[in-house]
Formats: sequence, C-alpha cells, structure tokens
Amino acid sequence: MIYEMVVVTNMAIAILFALSLNVITGFCGQVSLGHAAFLGIGAYTSTLLTKSGLPLTAALVPAALMAGTVGFFVGLAALRVRHDFLAITTMGVGFLFVGIVRKQDALGGEIGIAGIPAPDFGRPGLLVLSIVCAVAFGAFTVMLKRSWAGFAFNAIADDEDTARLLGIDVPKFKLWAFVIGTAGAGLAGALYAHQIRYIGPDSFGFVESITVLAMVIVGGIGSIWGVVVAAALLSALPQWFQFVENYKLLLYGLLLFTTMRFAPGGLASIVDRFKNRSARGS
Amino acid sequence: MLALDLLIQGLVQGSIYALIALGLTLVYGLLRILHVAHAALFTLGGYLGVLVTNATGSFLLAILVAMVTVGVTGMAVYRFAYRPLLGRSPLVALIASIGLFIASEELFRIVFGAYGLSYVDPPLQQRVQLFGDISLSVARIMVVVLAVVLLTVLGWLSVATRTGVAWRASVSDPPIAQAFGIDIERVRYLNFFVGSALAGAAGVMVALLNNLVEPTMGAVPSYKALAIIVLGGLGSVRGTLVAALSLGIIEAFGTIYIGNYLDRDAIAFAFLIVVLMIRPHGLLARG
Repeated sequence: MIYEMVVVTNMAIAILFALSLNVITGFCGQVSLGHAAFLGIGAYTSTLLTKSGLPLTAALVPAALMAGTVGFFVGLAALRVRHDFLAITTMGVGFLFVGIVRKQDALGGEIGIAGIPAPDFGRPGLLVLSIVCAVAFGAFTVMLKRSWAGFAFNAIADDEDTARLLGIDVPKFKLWAFVIGTAGAGLAGALYAHQIRYIGPDSFGFVESITVLAMVIVGGIGSIWGVVVAAALLSALPQWFQFVENYKLLLYGLLLFTTMRFAPGGLASIVDRFKNRSARGS
Repeated sequence: MLALDLLIQGLVQGSIYALIALGLTLVYGLLRILHVAHAALFTLGGYLGVLVTNATGSFLLAILVAMVTVGVTGMAVYRFAYRPLLGRSPLVALIASIGLFIASEELFRIVFGAYGLSYVDPPLQQRVQLFGDISLSVARIMVVVLAVVLLTVLGWLSVATRTGVAWRASVSDPPIAQAFGIDIERVRYLNFFVGSALAGAAGVMVALLNNLVEPTMGAVPSYKALAIIVLGGLGSVRGTLVAALSLGIIEAFGTIYIGNYLDRDAIAFAFLIVVLMIRPHGLLARG
C-alpha cells in the first residue's frame, strides 16, 4: 500500500504544480521555462520552517506567500519582455535560482537538505493533504477561468495589443497570473519537500521546468482537465516504464514528440475530435 | 596576466558558443521556433567527428563528413518534425523539439554507451606560445579561426549573393518575400542544412577540445544557445556573434570574481536578464 500511496501523492503534487503553471501559460499565454524555481522556493521555505519546529500545515501558507512574492517581482520583470524573450527570461530565473541555492550554505548548498521532518500525520495524511490542496487549487482555477479575470486572461493570451485596446489593464492581469501561478507552485513545493524529505538544487532545475511545461502543453494549453490528466499520466509514466528501465527516457522523449507531432492541440483536442465525430454520427 | 588569460579563455568559449548559436539563429530567424534539438545535432557532429577520425585517421575528412551528414539530418528534422507544426503555437514545436532532444540523447547513450568515446590519437594538440607565458593548443586556436572564417563567409553570403538576399528577405517579411517570387520552402531547407552543418562543426571541435564525446554533451548548449540568440536579438547574425563572445568572456571573468555567489550558468543568465531589462529586444535589436 505504501508504494501506491507514494505514487498517488506524487500524482496529486504534480497535478497541483501543473495547474499552477496552467494559470500563467494556459490562461494568460505567458510562457515560463523556469517554473520549477517556484516549486523550489516553496520547498526551501517550508523546509526551513518545519526544521525549526513548525508543523507542515503551518508552513504551507508561508511557502505559497514566499513563492508568490518572488513571482510578483519576476512578473514585473516579465512585463518588459514578450514571447520568446519572456520564455528565455523565465528560463534565466530558473537557472539563477539554482545557481544561488548551490552557493548558499544556509540552504544546504550543493548537497541539499536531507532529513526533512516527516509530517506528524504520516503518509496517509500527506496523501489526503496533497489531494485536498490539488482539488482546492483546481476548483479555484475553474472559478478563475469563468470569472471576469478569466476572460481578461484569455484576451491577453489571444492578442495582447487588442486586449489593451479593449481597455483591459494588461499589466495588472499578467501580474495576477504570475502571483497566483507561482504561489500555487510554492504550495506544491512545500508538499513535495515533505513527501521526498530531501531537497537539493538539482531537484528544481531546467529539466523539471520543462517537464511541467510539457504537462501543460500535452494536456492542451488552457484546458484544466486536460492538464490534470496529462500531469497524472506524465508523472506516473517513469514508474510504468520501469520494466524497460534502459529505454525509459527514450520512450518518454518519443512520446512527447509524437503527441505534439500528431496531436498538436494536446489531449483536450483528441477528445474534442472524438466528440465531434460521435456528434456527427448520431 | 590573469585578466589576459581569462580574456582568451572567454574568447575560445565564446567562439564555440557562436558556432552553435549561429545555426540556431538561422533556424529561428525563419521559423520562430526555439529549436532545442539543435543541440542533438551538435552532439551528432561530435560523435561523427570522433568515429570518422578514428576510422580513417583524417581529421579534415571527419569535419566534412560531420558537417554534411548533420546538415542533411537537420533538413530531415525540418521536414518530419517542424514543417507539419508550422501553423501551430510555437510552444507545440518547442515541446516536440524537447521530446526529440531527450530521445536522441538516450539514443546516443544506448548505441554508443554512457561513458562516451575519445579520439584514439587526438589531432592538433601541439601548443603554441603566445605573448609571455600564455600558451594555447592549436585546437583552441582552430576553434577561434573556424568561428571567424565561417561567420565571415556567412555574413558575406547574406549580403553579396542572391540566396543571401532571399534569406534576409524571408526573415524580415515572409509573405512579401514570397510575393517577390522567393521559394520560401527552399530557403528553409537551405537554412536547416547550413545551420545544422555549423552545429556539426562545433560538435567536432568541442569533442576535440575535451577529447571526449558523451551522450549529454548537448545538455549545456541546448539552453545556452537559446540564451545567446535571445541576447543577440533573435534572428540577427551580428547580434548572435556579439552575444556569444560577450557571454564567453563574462562567464570566464564571472566564475573567478563572483563564483562564490553564483555558478557559471547563473552568471550567464543574470547577465541575460539585466540586458533584457534594459534592452527588451536584445543587444543589437533594430528599433
């Protein structure tokens, strides 16, 4: 049972993490290639707090706040740049985070921080907490998408200049997307750190940022349930491929490539296609 | 003397960056795709260089074979990976490209082993005495020379030949270029060939400098090259060159003077972020 619990907890954390990026990239159309940095900020913040004796539940909010605050400043910087310049700037933020952590002894430096205290409610409790957080954040993004803000995000994602002409306060909504998205990632980071109970600079690098972006794109940009399914699948994939250990990553890479090549709209578009076909058939 | 030493180190590293990033600029200029798999072509070049040199004993032949093979492979990547995705969000192509990159890294590992290959008898290892007590291997000098020559030729071709003019026209305004009778498809294939061939050459040279090719040798170029073309102002050949050299030099000095606070990559990206905050369209952006 422990194995299944670990897999499902990881899945829930991955879903939360992917949903958080979905607010920035999916809803608001702002690419981020450095989202793992905010997972890291949440992980380190919560770890420092629980190591000093605080319970995990009390460390969740500070972790999200810290990530959201840094996210606000990154968002401010992101207002200066667009499209691919933004993608590379956020990528730079990711490398900057890892580079700073590596050289900070207070954060464990190169070696990282081991022996993170286990939450006092045990594995089943952490599983429940992760699912609750993922569901709550998911519900929040559904609401967000249907609200006026969701409409504004959508307009900005479609065409920023037109959105501005329509009188939408583009910088304000972009900043909100960054703050909400990065705070969500911080929350995921706090859960992640106490699930794995070890964190180091390599846990939050470029590869992790790409992996979470892949979840959003494979799910179908902006589609909430598509992202949920993709995050669940892609996070569990390495475990399922265990039987072909040597070819695990090869398969993963090919899968990413073929999904994009043959279903560029992601999982959401595949389902839409089936829906349309059956609608026409009846 | 340290400063001069660092400057030379930086220039050598910058020349390698330039060779890799230049090909990427060519691709980006036309397709607006962040072509991460470019680094896989660079790795392929490295492997071909070592394999052909070890088999035939001729380094020159190895460079030629690597450039042509990698160039053709690049055209195939365009035909089978990117062309079908042209009308889509660039993010889709980016993820496809990342998938391709991960898969090819793994393929190199499975086919050639995780520990990599080396030159049996590495060429160009003689050392040349420069001013004072600074000496450099011929291979290092070759890297700089190769970068300068290839870039000059490319720069000249782009202003002095019809194909070059067609290329620049297609970069700045594809529909208008097409209206003037330029065969955009042909320009794209040509770009992938030339850009990939340059990456192949860079792979051979890096394999020589480290005397090692390994499956992960493309990991750093995969993102660093993207940073360089962005820093240079995306799609600008001159900008890419300036960005590559300045990044090489800043990394060389940075790791010595602020290496206690930031690692090499973080120094490079801190520089990138500062530049983009001041000039949001890169170092040498027009307008």
